[in-house]
Amino acid sequence: MRGLTRSGRRAETRAALLFISPWIAGFLIFTFWPVVYSGYLSLTDYDVINDPAFVGLDNYRQMFEDPKAGLAFRNTLIFAAMSVPTQLVVSLGLALLLNAAARATGFFRTAFFLPKMTPPVAVGILLLMLFNGQNGLINTVLGLFGIQGPAWTTDPDWVKPGLVLMHLWTVGASVIIILAALRAVPQELYDSAMVDGAGWWRRTLRITVPMISPTLFFLFIVDSINALQSFTEAYTAFFGAGNTTYSNDAALFYVIYLFQQAFQFLHMGYASAMAWLLFVVIMIITAVQVLLTRRYVYYEGERP
Amino acid sequence: MKRILVWAALTLLSVAFVYPFVWLLSASFKPRGEVFDHKLIPETFTLDNYVKVWQEAPMALWMANTAFVTVMAAVTVTISSAMVAWGFAYFRFPGRNVLFGVLLATMMLPGAVTMIPTFLIWNSLGMVGTLTPLWAQNLFGSAFYIFLLRQFFLSLPRDPFEAARIDGAGNWTIFWRIALPLCRPAIVVTWLFEFQAAWTDLMRPLVYLRDSSTFTVPRGLKSLLDAYGFGGEWHWEIVMTASVIATVPMVVLFFLGQKHFVRGIATTGGK
Repeated sequence: MRGLTRSGRRAETRAALLFISPWIAGFLIFTFWPVVYSGYLSLTDYDVINDPAFVGLDNYRQMFEDPKAGLAFRNTLIFAAMSVPTQLVVSLGLALLLNAAARATGFFRTAFFLPKMTPPVAVGILLLMLFNGQNGLINTVLGLFGIQGPAWTTDPDWVKPGLVLMHLWTVGASVIIILAALRAVPQELYDSAMVDGAGWWRRTLRITVPMISPTLFFLFIVDSINALQSFTEAYTAFFGAGNTTYSNDAALFYVIYLFQQAFQFLHMGYASAMAWLLFVVIMIITAVQVLLTRRYVYYEGERP
Repeated sequence: MKRILVWAALTLLSVAFVYPFVWLLSASFKPRGEVFDHKLIPETFTLDNYVKVWQEAPMALWMANTAFVTVMAAVTVTISSAMVAWGFAYFRFPGRNVLFGVLLATMMLPGAVTMIPTFLIWNSLGMVGTLTPLWAQNLFGSAFYIFLLRQFFLSLPRDPFEAARIDGAGNWTIFWRIALPLCRPAIVVTWLFEFQAAWTDLMRPLVYLRDSSTFTVPRGLKSLLDAYGFGGEWHWEIVMTASVIATVPMVVLFFLGQKHFVRGIATTGGK
Protein backbone atom coordinates (compact mmCIF):
# COMPACT_ATOMS: atom_id res chain seq x y z
CA MET A 1 0.00 0.00 0.00
CA ARG A 2 1.02 3.58 -0.57
CA GLY A 3 3.23 5.44 1.80
CA LEU A 4 4.42 2.39 3.75
CA THR A 5 7.90 1.76 2.41
CA ARG A 6 10.60 4.37 2.37
CA SER A 7 11.07 4.19 -1.40
CA GLY A 8 7.33 4.41 -1.88
CA ARG A 9 7.25 7.51 0.27
CA ARG A 10 10.09 9.05 -1.70
CA ALA A 11 8.29 8.29 -4.98
CA GLU A 12 5.15 9.94 -3.63
CA THR A 13 7.07 13.07 -2.65
CA ARG A 14 8.71 13.20 -6.06
CA ALA A 15 5.35 12.87 -7.83
CA ALA A 16 3.76 15.54 -5.61
CA LEU A 17 6.60 17.96 -6.25
CA LEU A 18 6.22 17.42 -9.99
CA PHE A 19 2.54 18.30 -9.77
CA ILE A 20 3.06 21.42 -7.69
CA SER A 21 6.23 22.51 -9.53
CA PRO A 22 4.39 25.05 -11.76
CA TRP A 23 3.24 26.90 -8.68
CA ILE A 24 6.64 26.71 -6.96
CA ALA A 25 8.32 28.16 -10.06
CA GLY A 26 5.64 30.82 -10.43
CA PHE A 27 5.85 31.69 -6.74
CA LEU A 28 9.62 32.16 -6.89
CA ILE A 29 9.58 34.19 -10.13
CA PHE A 30 6.38 36.23 -9.83
CA THR A 31 5.88 36.57 -6.07
CA PHE A 32 8.94 35.93 -3.94
CA TRP A 33 11.51 37.68 -6.11
CA PRO A 34 9.20 40.64 -6.88
CA VAL A 35 8.47 41.18 -3.18
CA VAL A 36 12.17 41.15 -2.29
CA TYR A 37 13.14 43.26 -5.30
CA SER A 38 10.42 45.86 -4.73
CA GLY A 39 11.67 46.14 -1.14
CA TYR A 40 15.13 46.87 -2.56
CA LEU A 41 13.78 49.25 -5.22
CA SER A 42 11.94 51.20 -2.53
CA LEU A 43 15.38 52.19 -1.19
CA THR A 44 16.56 53.46 -4.58
CA ASP A 45 15.92 55.96 -7.32
CA TYR A 46 15.11 54.01 -10.45
CA ASP A 47 13.78 55.17 -13.82
CA VAL A 48 14.20 51.86 -15.75
CA ILE A 49 16.80 53.43 -18.08
CA ASN A 50 19.59 54.03 -15.55
CA ASP A 51 20.69 51.60 -12.87
CA PRO A 52 18.97 51.90 -9.47
CA ALA A 53 20.76 54.40 -7.24
CA PHE A 54 20.66 53.63 -3.51
CA VAL A 55 19.08 56.45 -1.51
CA GLY A 56 18.28 54.78 1.82
CA LEU A 57 14.93 55.75 3.30
CA ASP A 58 14.55 58.91 1.19
CA ASN A 59 11.53 57.62 -0.70
CA TYR A 60 9.68 56.90 2.53
CA ARG A 61 10.61 60.32 3.91
CA GLN A 62 9.49 61.94 0.68
CA MET A 63 6.11 60.20 0.90
CA PHE A 64 5.32 62.01 4.14
CA GLU A 65 6.24 65.36 2.60
CA ASP A 66 4.50 64.79 -0.75
CA PRO A 67 1.08 66.54 -0.46
CA LYS A 68 -0.32 64.44 -3.32
CA ALA A 69 0.63 61.19 -1.61
CA GLY A 70 -1.09 62.44 1.54
CA LEU A 71 -4.15 63.43 -0.47
CA ALA A 72 -4.27 60.05 -2.21
CA PHE A 73 -3.97 58.29 1.16
CA ARG A 74 -6.79 60.36 2.70
CA ASN A 75 -9.01 59.98 -0.37
CA THR A 76 -8.63 56.22 -0.24
CA LEU A 77 -9.37 55.94 3.49
CA ILE A 78 -12.43 58.21 3.18
CA PHE A 79 -13.73 56.27 0.20
CA ALA A 80 -13.22 52.92 1.97
CA ALA A 81 -14.89 54.20 5.14
CA MET A 82 -17.92 55.33 3.11
CA SER A 83 -18.06 52.46 0.65
CA VAL A 84 -17.48 49.31 2.71
CA PRO A 85 -20.30 49.72 5.29
CA THR A 86 -22.76 50.96 2.64
CA GLN A 87 -22.00 47.97 0.46
CA LEU A 88 -22.40 45.56 3.35
CA VAL A 89 -25.72 47.03 4.51
CA VAL A 90 -27.18 47.17 0.99
CA SER A 91 -26.12 43.63 0.08
CA LEU A 92 -27.47 42.34 3.41
CA GLY A 93 -30.76 44.14 2.74
CA LEU A 94 -31.07 42.69 -0.75
CA ALA A 95 -30.20 39.20 0.47
CA LEU A 96 -32.79 39.43 3.28
CA LEU A 97 -35.43 40.46 0.76
CA LEU A 98 -34.52 37.59 -1.56
CA ASN A 99 -34.61 35.21 1.38
CA ALA A 100 -38.00 36.50 2.49
CA ALA A 101 -39.49 36.02 -0.97
CA ALA A 102 -38.54 32.35 -0.64
CA ARG A 103 -39.81 31.18 -4.03
CA ALA A 104 -39.01 32.14 -7.64
CA THR A 105 -36.15 34.42 -6.72
CA GLY A 106 -34.11 33.42 -9.78
CA PHE A 107 -35.13 36.46 -11.80
CA PHE A 108 -34.36 38.95 -9.04
CA ARG A 109 -31.07 37.30 -8.20
CA THR A 110 -30.05 37.57 -11.85
CA ALA A 111 -31.06 41.24 -11.93
CA PHE A 112 -28.92 41.99 -8.87
CA PHE A 113 -25.94 40.01 -10.11
CA LEU A 114 -25.83 41.05 -13.77
CA PRO A 115 -24.14 44.45 -13.18
CA LYS A 116 -21.19 42.60 -11.63
CA MET A 117 -20.45 41.24 -15.12
CA THR A 118 -19.97 44.73 -16.57
CA PRO A 119 -16.31 45.51 -17.29
CA PRO A 120 -15.14 48.07 -14.67
CA VAL A 121 -14.15 50.46 -17.48
CA ALA A 122 -17.75 50.46 -18.65
CA VAL A 123 -18.87 51.03 -15.04
CA GLY A 124 -16.62 54.10 -14.92
CA ILE A 125 -18.15 55.37 -18.16
CA LEU A 126 -21.67 54.71 -16.88
CA LEU A 127 -20.78 56.72 -13.78
CA LEU A 128 -19.95 59.72 -15.97
CA MET A 129 -23.19 59.34 -17.90
CA LEU A 130 -25.65 58.55 -15.12
CA PHE A 131 -24.24 61.00 -12.59
CA ASN A 132 -23.64 63.86 -15.02
CA GLY A 133 -24.57 67.04 -13.12
CA GLN A 134 -26.57 68.70 -15.90
CA ASN A 135 -28.45 65.99 -17.72
CA GLY A 136 -27.53 62.68 -16.10
CA LEU A 137 -30.25 60.16 -15.30
CA ILE A 138 -29.77 60.40 -11.52
CA ASN A 139 -30.23 64.17 -11.38
CA THR A 140 -33.12 63.99 -13.85
CA VAL A 141 -34.89 61.54 -11.54
CA LEU A 142 -34.05 63.67 -8.51
CA GLY A 143 -35.47 66.64 -10.43
CA LEU A 144 -38.81 64.87 -10.70
CA PHE A 145 -38.99 65.08 -6.92
CA GLY A 146 -37.95 68.72 -6.97
CA ILE A 147 -34.43 68.01 -5.76
CA GLN A 148 -31.56 69.85 -7.40
CA GLY A 149 -28.87 67.14 -7.66
CA PRO A 150 -25.19 68.05 -7.18
CA ALA A 151 -22.49 68.05 -9.86
CA TRP A 152 -21.48 64.48 -8.98
CA THR A 153 -18.70 64.16 -11.55
CA THR A 154 -16.97 67.53 -11.08
CA ASP A 155 -17.67 68.87 -7.58
CA PRO A 156 -14.81 67.56 -5.36
CA ASP A 157 -17.24 67.13 -2.45
CA TRP A 158 -19.52 64.85 -4.48
CA VAL A 159 -17.07 62.78 -6.50
CA LYS A 160 -16.52 60.17 -3.80
CA PRO A 161 -20.23 59.79 -2.88
CA GLY A 162 -20.89 59.29 -6.61
CA LEU A 163 -18.26 56.56 -6.76
CA VAL A 164 -19.73 54.92 -3.64
CA LEU A 165 -23.24 54.90 -5.13
CA MET A 166 -22.01 53.61 -8.48
CA HIS A 167 -20.10 50.88 -6.69
CA LEU A 168 -23.36 49.74 -5.07
CA TRP A 169 -24.50 48.72 -8.51
CA THR A 170 -21.98 45.86 -8.45
CA VAL A 171 -22.79 44.30 -5.04
CA GLY A 172 -24.26 41.20 -6.74
CA ALA A 173 -21.56 38.78 -5.62
CA SER A 174 -21.93 39.84 -1.97
CA VAL A 175 -25.69 39.34 -2.22
CA ILE A 176 -25.19 35.77 -3.44
CA ILE A 177 -22.66 35.01 -0.69
CA ILE A 178 -24.93 36.39 2.05
CA LEU A 179 -27.98 34.63 0.61
CA ALA A 180 -26.12 31.31 0.77
CA ALA A 181 -25.32 31.99 4.43
CA LEU A 182 -28.93 32.97 5.20
CA ARG A 183 -30.23 29.70 3.76
CA ALA A 184 -27.91 27.78 6.08
CA VAL A 185 -29.42 29.26 9.26
CA PRO A 186 -31.43 26.46 10.94
CA GLN A 187 -35.18 27.05 10.74
CA GLU A 188 -35.75 25.80 14.33
CA LEU A 189 -34.14 28.97 15.67
CA TYR A 190 -36.80 31.07 13.98
CA ASP A 191 -39.60 28.70 14.95
CA SER A 192 -38.82 28.93 18.63
CA ALA A 193 -38.37 32.71 18.39
CA MET A 194 -41.80 32.98 16.74
CA VAL A 195 -43.28 30.98 19.61
CA ASP A 196 -41.71 33.51 21.95
CA GLY A 197 -43.44 36.23 19.94
CA ALA A 198 -40.33 37.89 18.48
CA GLY A 199 -41.07 40.17 15.52
CA TRP A 200 -39.21 40.34 12.21
CA TRP A 201 -36.74 43.03 13.31
CA ARG A 202 -35.98 41.24 16.54
CA ARG A 203 -35.45 37.92 14.77
CA THR A 204 -33.20 39.55 12.18
CA LEU A 205 -31.08 41.39 14.72
CA ARG A 206 -30.97 38.65 17.35
CA ILE A 207 -30.79 35.50 15.22
CA THR A 208 -29.98 36.18 11.57
CA VAL A 209 -27.17 38.70 11.90
CA PRO A 210 -25.33 36.80 14.67
CA MET A 211 -25.70 33.49 12.82
CA ILE A 212 -24.26 34.84 9.58
CA SER A 213 -21.67 37.06 11.26
CA PRO A 214 -18.70 34.97 9.98
CA THR A 215 -19.86 35.67 6.41
CA LEU A 216 -20.43 39.36 7.07
CA PHE A 217 -17.02 39.56 8.71
CA PHE A 218 -15.39 37.84 5.75
CA LEU A 219 -17.04 40.28 3.32
CA PHE A 220 -16.06 43.21 5.52
CA ILE A 221 -12.39 42.25 5.30
CA VAL A 222 -12.40 41.40 1.59
CA ASP A 223 -14.31 44.59 0.72
CA SER A 224 -11.95 46.69 2.83
CA ILE A 225 -8.87 45.22 1.13
CA ASN A 226 -10.46 45.80 -2.27
CA ALA A 227 -11.59 49.34 -1.44
CA LEU A 228 -8.07 50.30 -0.36
CA GLN A 229 -6.85 49.15 -3.78
CA SER A 230 -9.62 50.83 -5.82
CA PHE A 231 -8.39 51.72 -9.25
CA THR A 232 -10.29 51.03 -12.44
CA GLU A 233 -13.65 52.82 -12.11
CA ALA A 234 -12.13 55.99 -10.65
CA TYR A 235 -9.19 55.95 -13.06
CA THR A 236 -11.47 55.49 -16.06
CA ALA A 237 -13.85 58.26 -15.09
CA PHE A 238 -11.45 60.84 -13.75
CA PHE A 239 -7.96 60.40 -15.23
CA GLY A 240 -6.86 60.57 -18.84
CA ALA A 241 -4.52 57.90 -20.13
CA GLY A 242 -2.11 58.85 -22.87
CA ASN A 243 -2.28 62.27 -24.49
CA THR A 244 -5.51 63.53 -23.03
CA THR A 245 -4.90 64.90 -19.60
CA TYR A 246 -7.84 65.46 -17.37
CA SER A 247 -7.87 64.68 -13.71
CA ASN A 248 -9.88 65.21 -10.59
CA ASP A 249 -7.90 65.23 -7.39
CA ALA A 250 -10.93 64.19 -5.35
CA ALA A 251 -10.74 60.79 -7.06
CA LEU A 252 -6.98 60.44 -6.76
CA PHE A 253 -6.84 57.07 -5.00
CA TYR A 254 -3.65 55.59 -3.63
CA VAL A 255 -3.18 52.94 -6.32
CA ILE A 256 -3.95 55.49 -9.05
CA TYR A 257 -1.18 57.77 -7.76
CA LEU A 258 1.13 54.78 -7.39
CA PHE A 259 0.39 53.76 -10.98
CA GLN A 260 1.07 57.29 -12.22
CA GLN A 261 4.35 57.48 -10.31
CA ALA A 262 5.51 54.12 -11.64
CA PHE A 263 4.37 54.11 -15.24
CA GLN A 264 3.81 57.73 -16.21
CA PHE A 265 6.69 59.44 -14.37
CA LEU A 266 8.89 56.30 -14.19
CA HIS A 267 9.58 56.90 -10.48
CA MET A 268 9.86 53.15 -9.87
CA GLY A 269 11.69 53.50 -6.54
CA TYR A 270 9.15 55.93 -5.10
CA ALA A 271 6.25 53.83 -6.37
CA SER A 272 7.77 50.71 -4.78
CA ALA A 273 7.97 52.52 -1.44
CA MET A 274 4.29 53.48 -1.85
CA ALA A 275 3.45 49.83 -2.58
CA TRP A 276 5.22 48.69 0.58
CA LEU A 277 3.40 51.26 2.69
CA LEU A 278 0.10 50.00 1.22
CA PHE A 279 1.11 46.45 2.05
CA VAL A 280 1.86 47.35 5.67
CA VAL A 281 -1.35 49.40 6.03
CA ILE A 282 -3.47 46.54 4.65
CA MET A 283 -1.80 44.08 7.02
CA ILE A 284 -2.41 46.37 10.00
CA ILE A 285 -6.04 47.09 9.10
CA THR A 286 -6.75 43.41 8.54
CA ALA A 287 -5.08 42.44 11.81
CA VAL A 288 -7.06 45.07 13.73
CA GLN A 289 -10.29 43.90 12.13
CA VAL A 290 -9.53 40.28 13.02
CA LEU A 291 -8.70 41.18 16.63
CA LEU A 292 -11.67 43.52 17.10
CA THR A 293 -14.27 41.30 15.51
CA ARG A 294 -13.09 38.07 17.10
CA ARG A 295 -15.24 38.95 20.11
CA TYR A 296 -18.32 39.79 18.08
CA VAL A 297 -18.34 36.99 15.52
CA TYR A 298 -20.12 33.74 16.24
CA TYR A 299 -18.48 30.57 14.98
CA GLU A 300 -20.42 27.37 15.42
CA GLY A 301 -18.50 24.72 17.32
CA GLU A 302 -16.21 27.26 18.91
CA ARG A 303 -15.61 27.00 22.63
CA PRO A 304 -16.70 30.09 24.59
CA MET B 1 -49.59 41.26 2.87
CA LYS B 2 -45.97 40.90 3.90
CA ARG B 3 -45.28 38.78 0.82
CA ILE B 4 -46.72 41.47 -1.46
CA LEU B 5 -44.50 44.12 0.12
CA VAL B 6 -41.40 41.95 -0.33
CA TRP B 7 -42.23 41.30 -3.96
CA ALA B 8 -42.96 44.95 -4.62
CA ALA B 9 -39.63 45.96 -3.12
CA LEU B 10 -37.77 43.31 -5.10
CA THR B 11 -39.45 44.35 -8.34
CA LEU B 12 -38.64 48.01 -7.79
CA LEU B 13 -35.02 47.28 -6.86
CA SER B 14 -34.41 44.89 -9.73
CA VAL B 15 -35.74 47.52 -12.14
CA ALA B 16 -33.23 49.96 -10.63
CA PHE B 17 -30.40 47.44 -11.11
CA VAL B 18 -31.31 46.56 -14.69
CA TYR B 19 -32.21 50.09 -15.77
CA PRO B 20 -28.65 51.34 -16.42
CA PHE B 21 -28.19 48.48 -18.93
CA VAL B 22 -31.40 49.36 -20.72
CA TRP B 23 -30.55 53.06 -20.65
CA LEU B 24 -27.10 52.41 -22.13
CA LEU B 25 -28.44 50.07 -24.78
CA SER B 26 -31.16 52.51 -25.74
CA ALA B 27 -28.68 55.42 -25.91
CA SER B 28 -26.48 53.44 -28.28
CA PHE B 29 -29.31 53.51 -30.86
CA LYS B 30 -29.91 57.25 -30.57
CA PRO B 31 -28.41 60.03 -32.70
CA ARG B 32 -25.95 62.34 -30.93
CA GLY B 33 -28.48 65.03 -30.00
CA GLU B 34 -30.92 62.68 -28.26
CA VAL B 35 -28.51 60.63 -26.15
CA PHE B 36 -29.44 62.40 -22.93
CA ASP B 37 -33.19 62.65 -23.48
CA HIS B 38 -33.66 59.62 -21.17
CA LYS B 39 -36.40 58.19 -23.37
CA LEU B 40 -36.53 54.43 -23.14
CA ILE B 41 -37.51 53.97 -26.81
CA PRO B 42 -35.28 56.07 -29.11
CA GLU B 43 -37.24 58.78 -30.91
CA THR B 44 -34.99 58.35 -33.93
CA PHE B 45 -33.70 54.81 -34.17
CA THR B 46 -30.28 54.57 -35.80
CA LEU B 47 -27.44 52.08 -36.21
CA ASP B 48 -25.01 54.86 -37.13
CA ASN B 49 -23.19 54.66 -33.81
CA TYR B 50 -22.30 51.02 -34.33
CA VAL B 51 -21.12 51.73 -37.87
CA LYS B 52 -19.07 54.67 -36.60
CA VAL B 53 -17.45 52.71 -33.77
CA TRP B 54 -16.48 50.03 -36.25
CA GLN B 55 -15.01 52.63 -38.62
CA GLU B 56 -13.28 54.88 -36.08
CA ALA B 57 -11.78 52.16 -33.91
CA PRO B 58 -10.15 48.82 -34.76
CA MET B 59 -12.96 47.14 -32.80
CA ALA B 60 -12.62 43.78 -34.56
CA LEU B 61 -8.89 43.71 -33.80
CA TRP B 62 -9.49 44.62 -30.14
CA MET B 63 -12.07 41.85 -29.91
CA ALA B 64 -9.62 39.37 -31.45
CA ASN B 65 -6.82 40.46 -29.06
CA THR B 66 -9.12 40.15 -26.06
CA ALA B 67 -10.45 36.78 -27.18
CA PHE B 68 -6.88 35.50 -27.58
CA VAL B 69 -5.74 36.75 -24.16
CA THR B 70 -8.90 35.57 -22.46
CA VAL B 71 -8.85 32.05 -23.89
CA MET B 72 -5.12 31.64 -23.22
CA ALA B 73 -5.52 32.96 -19.67
CA ALA B 74 -8.50 30.75 -18.87
CA VAL B 75 -7.14 27.55 -20.43
CA THR B 76 -3.64 27.81 -18.94
CA VAL B 77 -4.78 28.80 -15.46
CA THR B 78 -7.31 25.97 -15.35
CA ILE B 79 -4.83 23.24 -16.31
CA SER B 80 -1.92 24.50 -14.20
CA SER B 81 -4.06 25.22 -11.14
CA ALA B 82 -5.73 21.81 -11.37
CA MET B 83 -2.31 20.12 -11.51
CA VAL B 84 -1.05 21.98 -8.46
CA ALA B 85 -4.33 21.48 -6.59
CA TRP B 86 -4.12 17.73 -7.26
CA GLY B 87 -0.55 17.71 -5.97
CA PHE B 88 -1.70 19.28 -2.71
CA ALA B 89 -4.90 17.23 -2.40
CA TYR B 90 -3.84 13.69 -3.28
CA PHE B 91 -0.26 13.23 -2.14
CA ARG B 92 1.26 13.32 1.30
CA PHE B 93 4.73 14.79 1.52
CA PRO B 94 6.90 16.60 4.03
CA GLY B 95 6.31 20.36 4.10
CA ARG B 96 2.92 20.12 2.41
CA ASN B 97 1.02 22.18 4.96
CA VAL B 98 3.72 24.81 5.15
CA LEU B 99 3.76 25.21 1.37
CA PHE B 100 -0.02 25.39 1.24
CA GLY B 101 0.04 28.03 3.99
CA VAL B 102 2.47 30.06 1.89
CA LEU B 103 0.11 29.71 -1.08
CA LEU B 104 -2.83 30.98 0.98
CA ALA B 105 -0.73 33.87 2.29
CA THR B 106 0.10 35.05 -1.23
CA MET B 107 -3.60 35.82 -1.72
CA MET B 108 -3.26 38.60 0.88
CA LEU B 109 -0.46 40.34 -1.00
CA PRO B 110 -1.60 43.58 -2.72
CA GLY B 111 -0.99 43.42 -6.45
CA ALA B 112 0.81 46.77 -6.30
CA VAL B 113 3.78 45.21 -4.48
CA THR B 114 4.65 42.75 -7.25
CA MET B 115 3.48 44.94 -10.15
CA ILE B 116 6.74 46.85 -10.74
CA PRO B 117 9.27 43.98 -10.56
CA THR B 118 6.93 41.86 -12.71
CA PHE B 119 6.90 44.66 -15.27
CA LEU B 120 10.72 44.71 -15.15
CA ILE B 121 10.82 40.95 -15.84
CA TRP B 122 8.68 41.30 -18.97
CA ASN B 123 10.63 44.40 -19.94
CA SER B 124 13.95 42.56 -19.78
CA LEU B 125 12.42 39.78 -21.91
CA GLY B 126 11.48 42.42 -24.49
CA MET B 127 7.80 41.51 -24.19
CA VAL B 128 6.35 44.84 -23.09
CA GLY B 129 4.00 45.90 -25.87
CA THR B 130 2.96 42.32 -26.64
CA LEU B 131 -0.04 40.40 -25.35
CA THR B 132 2.07 37.73 -23.61
CA PRO B 133 2.38 39.41 -20.17
CA LEU B 134 -1.41 39.54 -20.01
CA TRP B 135 -1.77 35.77 -19.73
CA ALA B 136 1.56 33.92 -19.49
CA GLN B 137 1.75 34.13 -15.68
CA ASN B 138 -1.26 31.85 -15.65
CA LEU B 139 0.98 28.97 -16.79
CA PHE B 140 2.10 28.84 -13.16
CA GLY B 141 -1.34 28.53 -11.62
CA SER B 142 -3.16 31.01 -9.43
CA ALA B 143 -3.54 30.72 -5.66
CA PHE B 144 -7.30 31.32 -5.51
CA TYR B 145 -8.11 28.68 -8.13
CA ILE B 146 -5.65 26.21 -6.62
CA PHE B 147 -7.46 26.64 -3.31
CA LEU B 148 -10.88 26.21 -4.96
CA LEU B 149 -9.87 23.09 -6.94
CA ARG B 150 -8.07 21.51 -3.99
CA GLN B 151 -11.24 21.81 -1.90
CA PHE B 152 -13.10 20.03 -4.65
CA PHE B 153 -10.50 17.26 -5.04
CA LEU B 154 -10.55 16.70 -1.27
CA SER B 155 -14.29 16.11 -1.41
CA LEU B 156 -13.87 13.22 -3.88
CA PRO B 157 -13.72 9.62 -2.56
CA ARG B 158 -10.28 8.07 -2.94
CA ASP B 159 -11.46 4.62 -4.10
CA PRO B 160 -11.48 5.20 -7.89
CA PHE B 161 -7.90 6.46 -7.72
CA GLU B 162 -6.62 3.53 -5.66
CA ALA B 163 -8.43 1.10 -7.95
CA ALA B 164 -6.78 2.70 -10.99
CA ARG B 165 -3.39 2.52 -9.26
CA ILE B 166 -3.81 -1.20 -8.61
CA ASP B 167 -4.71 -1.57 -12.29
CA GLY B 168 -1.31 -0.09 -13.04
CA ALA B 169 -2.25 3.49 -13.94
CA GLY B 170 0.53 6.05 -13.46
CA ASN B 171 0.21 9.35 -11.58
CA TRP B 172 -0.42 11.41 -14.69
CA THR B 173 -3.08 9.03 -16.02
CA ILE B 174 -4.89 9.07 -12.68
CA PHE B 175 -4.89 12.87 -12.68
CA TRP B 176 -5.71 13.49 -16.33
CA ARG B 177 -8.11 10.60 -17.02
CA ILE B 178 -9.90 10.17 -13.69
CA ALA B 179 -9.51 13.13 -11.33
CA LEU B 180 -9.89 15.92 -13.87
CA PRO B 181 -13.15 14.63 -15.45
CA LEU B 182 -14.62 14.10 -11.96
CA CYS B 183 -13.73 17.69 -11.15
CA ARG B 184 -15.72 19.19 -14.01
CA PRO B 185 -17.99 21.50 -11.98
CA ALA B 186 -14.99 23.14 -10.30
CA ILE B 187 -13.12 23.36 -13.62
CA VAL B 188 -16.07 25.16 -15.19
CA VAL B 189 -16.19 27.66 -12.30
CA THR B 190 -12.44 28.32 -12.62
CA TRP B 191 -12.77 28.78 -16.35
CA LEU B 192 -15.70 31.19 -16.06
CA PHE B 193 -14.12 33.27 -13.28
CA GLU B 194 -10.84 33.65 -15.15
CA PHE B 195 -12.61 34.32 -18.45
CA GLN B 196 -14.43 37.22 -16.85
CA ALA B 197 -11.34 38.52 -15.04
CA ALA B 198 -9.19 38.47 -18.18
CA TRP B 199 -11.87 39.98 -20.39
CA THR B 200 -12.57 42.94 -18.11
CA ASP B 201 -9.06 43.76 -16.79
CA LEU B 202 -7.78 47.29 -17.39
CA MET B 203 -4.69 47.53 -15.15
CA ARG B 204 -2.41 45.11 -17.01
CA PRO B 205 -3.31 46.36 -20.50
CA LEU B 206 -2.56 49.88 -19.22
CA VAL B 207 0.84 48.77 -17.96
CA TYR B 208 1.88 46.55 -20.86
CA LEU B 209 0.19 47.72 -24.07
CA ARG B 210 1.48 50.71 -26.01
CA ASP B 211 0.13 50.57 -29.55
CA SER B 212 -3.57 50.82 -30.33
CA SER B 213 -3.31 47.73 -32.56
CA THR B 214 -2.45 45.58 -29.51
CA PHE B 215 -5.24 46.92 -27.27
CA THR B 216 -7.79 44.74 -25.56
CA VAL B 217 -11.42 45.88 -25.51
CA PRO B 218 -11.28 47.55 -22.04
CA ARG B 219 -8.03 49.36 -22.92
CA GLY B 220 -9.52 50.40 -26.26
CA LEU B 221 -12.68 51.57 -24.53
CA LYS B 222 -10.60 53.77 -22.24
CA SER B 223 -8.81 55.25 -25.26
CA LEU B 224 -12.17 55.97 -26.91
CA LEU B 225 -13.34 57.73 -23.75
CA ASP B 226 -10.19 59.84 -23.80
CA ALA B 227 -10.53 60.65 -27.50
CA TYR B 228 -14.29 61.06 -27.93
CA GLY B 229 -15.50 61.82 -24.42
CA PHE B 230 -13.04 64.23 -22.89
CA GLY B 231 -10.88 64.95 -25.92
CA GLY B 232 -12.89 68.06 -26.67
CA GLU B 233 -15.19 66.16 -29.01
CA TRP B 234 -17.95 65.11 -26.63
CA HIS B 235 -19.18 62.27 -28.82
CA TRP B 236 -20.63 60.34 -25.90
CA GLU B 237 -22.79 58.20 -28.19
CA ILE B 238 -19.59 56.59 -29.56
CA VAL B 239 -18.27 55.86 -26.07
CA MET B 240 -21.60 54.42 -24.96
CA THR B 241 -21.95 52.22 -28.01
CA ALA B 242 -18.44 50.86 -27.48
CA SER B 243 -19.37 50.19 -23.82
CA VAL B 244 -22.32 48.12 -25.00
CA ILE B 245 -20.03 46.14 -27.31
CA ALA B 246 -17.59 45.52 -24.44
CA THR B 247 -20.34 44.42 -22.04
CA VAL B 248 -22.49 42.16 -24.22
CA PRO B 249 -20.02 39.22 -24.29
CA MET B 250 -19.94 39.18 -20.47
CA VAL B 251 -23.74 39.21 -20.24
CA VAL B 252 -23.87 36.29 -22.69
CA LEU B 253 -21.19 34.49 -20.66
CA PHE B 254 -23.26 34.96 -17.52
CA PHE B 255 -26.42 33.54 -19.04
CA LEU B 256 -24.49 30.57 -20.43
CA GLY B 257 -22.88 29.79 -17.09
CA GLN B 258 -25.32 31.32 -14.61
CA LYS B 259 -25.72 28.21 -12.47
CA HIS B 260 -21.96 27.72 -12.21
CA PHE B 261 -21.29 31.39 -11.48
CA VAL B 262 -23.82 31.48 -8.67
CA ARG B 263 -22.66 28.20 -7.14
CA GLY B 264 -19.00 29.15 -7.52
CA ILE B 265 -19.50 32.45 -5.73
CA ALA B 266 -21.72 31.00 -3.02
CA THR B 267 -19.30 28.19 -2.15
CA THR B 268 -15.95 30.00 -2.42
CA GLY B 269 -16.85 33.56 -1.53
CA GLY B 270 -14.89 34.52 -4.64
CA LYS B 271 -15.56 38.09 -5.65
